[in-house]
Amino acid sequence: MVALTIDGREIQAEEGKTILEVAGENNIYIPALCSHEAVTPYGACRLCLVEITRGKKKRLVASCLYTVEDGLIVKTDSERVTNVRRMVVEFLLARCPDLEVLQKLAAELGVDKVRFKLEEDNHKCILCALCTRACEEVVEASAISLVNRGVDRQMATPFYALSEACIACGSCAYICPTKAISIEDIGDTRIITMPHNTMEFKLKKCQNCGRYWAPQKQLDFIIKKADLPADAFDLCPDCRD
Amino acid sequence: MAKKGKALTRVGSLDELERLRESVVKRDHNKPSIAVCGGPGCLALGAGSVITAFKKEIEKQGLDTNVVLRIIGCPGFCEGGPLVLIEPQNILYHRVKAEDAARIVSQTVKQGSLIDRLLYHHPKTDRKVIHEGDIPFYKKQRRLLLASNSRLDPNDIEDYLALDGYSALVKALFSMSPEGIVEEIKRSGLRGRSGGGFPTGIKWQSCRRAHGDTKYVICNCDEGDPGAFMDGSLMEGNPHSILEGMIIGAYAIGSHQGYIYIRNEYPLAVKNAAIAIKQAEDYGFLGKNILGSGFDFTVSINRGGGAFVCGESTALMASLEGKVGEPRAKYVHTVEKGLWNQPTNLNNVETWANVPLIVNNGADWYSKIGTESSKGTKIFSLVGKVVNAGLVEVPMGTTLREIIYDIGGGVSDGKKFKAVHTGGPAGGCLPPSLLDLPVDFDEFTKVGSAMGSGGMIVLDEENCMVDIAKHFINFLKSESCGKCVPCREGLKQMSQILTDITEGRGEDGDIELLEEMGAAIKDGSLCGLGTTAPNPVLSTIRYFRDEYQAHIKDKKCPAGVCRIG
Repeated sequence: MVALTIDGREIQAEEGKTILEVAGENNIYIPALCSHEAVTPYGACRLCLVEITRGKKKRLVASCLYTVEDGLIVKTDSERVTNVRRMVVEFLLARCPDLEVLQKLAAELGVDKVRFKLEEDNHKCILCALCTRACEEVVEASAISLVNRGVDRQMATPFYALSEACIACGSCAYICPTKAISIEDIGDTRIITMPHNTMEFKLKKCQNCGRYWAPQKQLDFIIKKADLPADAFDLCPDCRD
Repeated sequence: MAKKGKALTRVGSLDELERLRESVVKRDHNKPSIAVCGGPGCLALGAGSVITAFKKEIEKQGLDTNVVLRIIGCPGFCEGGPLVLIEPQNILYHRVKAEDAARIVSQTVKQGSLIDRLLYHHPKTDRKVIHEGDIPFYKKQRRLLLASNSRLDPNDIEDYLALDGYSALVKALFSMSPEGIVEEIKRSGLRGRSGGGFPTGIKWQSCRRAHGDTKYVICNCDEGDPGAFMDGSLMEGNPHSILEGMIIGAYAIGSHQGYIYIRNEYPLAVKNAAIAIKQAEDYGFLGKNILGSGFDFTVSINRGGGAFVCGESTALMASLEGKVGEPRAKYVHTVEKGLWNQPTNLNNVETWANVPLIVNNGADWYSKIGTESSKGTKIFSLVGKVVNAGLVEVPMGTTLREIIYDIGGGVSDGKKFKAVHTGGPAGGCLPPSLLDLPVDFDEFTKVGSAMGSGGMIVLDEENCMVDIAKHFINFLKSESCGKCVPCREGLKQMSQILTDITEGRGEDGDIELLEEMGAAIKDGSLCGLGTTAPNPVLSTIRYFRDEYQAHIKDKKCPAGVCRIG
């Protein structure tokens, strides 16, 4: 265990945990958009920056990446921290003016107007890479990635085409903090709409009740991965018992 | 011509090395030689045909066995290219054309007489200058690293040996302990030359002490700053000095595998590095049981795909691993967990090239050169509106004025000096009032710029500082990897505001907004690209605020660059 101070509170924390995790366990709020317990930390949204003091040196670090240390003094809302957070939210709002999650953060941080030119595209995707990390690390499909560099960065499948690797599981849509990816099941088809491409996948029909209940590719993927018999998913969960 | 890289047998001991060195010195180095610069600058000016002409002429005049023709790396004086050096008289001919080759061979090489037209004439006195070291461009320089570029064929390891090359490696392997080498580098005060200025010895020590059986050393030759060609020229002109530094570093740290990461846009550096590695392997300076010492070390080349951000150490390592070249936070240092999560010591080309000098001459000698906090020399690529553009190597502590005026010959076309941009695209613009600033890592940072890897762009009265800031921000915007929000979105917005200002749409409050954004981007970005990216804007606002105001309030560009209205 290590002893650190967050916003004046002395806290005992488990070694190896990040400041963000420890703060969360102690009900200390730090905003974050690109962090999720299911995937490795990334440090890209910069909202979770906190100010740390070690000896005489003060600096800002991404609390989702920085692990706790003995004697560390953390301030989660110093002026320096707030200045960066406010600017980050203002930058993101210029990119995605209609996103509720950002408007809520802006209200929290006292950002009442955006001084920058609003982007015409009115993006929904903030490029937090939660979807791509979930697809790679959790699903292990690596069907989507971030393409292009810098201001042209986008989340997409290779060449914006129907991805062979995608199993249509929908983890990307589930983890997306801004609803930039949507899933809709219509009849025997699952439609996944991403910011720059749309893909359609066949759903499997339950041999008993006739309901289309899961993407065929996802079921094939699980059968292969878990070494199940080929007919393991012929029935939907309701008809299986 | 000297033999090209064919050791009859691998050098397996110190005695064998000394015998080889003696024979090389005896064989070639008292012969007259013609050295033609084959660096990119001179090649662009036609050095290729000059080289061909010399080859033909030497053969035609029956001198094949008596004269050595060397194609050398960049000696620095690019403005005077194509450059030709005649030894042993040390005659420098500049602006040489292919048709001059016949006369040079028949008159200068054979008879020792000078060709007036090809000599450099002092711009003030019009007095002709014969020797390389006497031209004003070189006089105030101290070319510890670059001087050898004039004296060796980078594709011939024996040239390097004749200049006492690999003697520092011998000293390190046979009479110093790894800890002793680290201590020597620490005491020398050498700081990283790629911009950060981190003490090299401390980095080595941390990597040496880091836990892990496999350790790596990397040479960063991903020099991406526009207008900068220091590292490329060292790699092209004297690759063995870099290899020697790397082998010594690897021995000190306990690494057996090294990588040179070179940007693919440097084909000559890639080629010369590859030849040097092959020759060093053939001769026994790389590979198993180096010089019979028992130490093993190999070096591989990895070519960069052209992303500026891959010069950042963590992005470089990601790229080397075959991943997308994006930086990660360095809360766990790369000396602990770097390439493939193993302890990794990355230094820049120029840093590595300093190592043999320090080992050979000692930390005490080295630390006498330079200022209190910045030791040794620094190479700058002096470009822009300056009379003598080229590569300049000066002791730390030399002032900007000395570099730009005494060495560079002042602003070109008699124009008025306005600023010098130092430290690459993410560096800053320094005004005339700071011309007496000494070259020093900390002094540059204090005034809002950076030493960076050594880019130095001279700007004159015809440059608009807002336009310059926009130029650099646009470069950085297109080179940002896009991972973190402040850098990706912030630079996009900065670029938009600067475009508006330069096109007459600037508004009251824009300057203050740029300052506020700059502070947040510096404080909030993930890697060194983002944390330094606002520098061109912040430094031009700091020193040339009136130019911004003229654009915004009066809708005028004082330099007449921006088309407003």
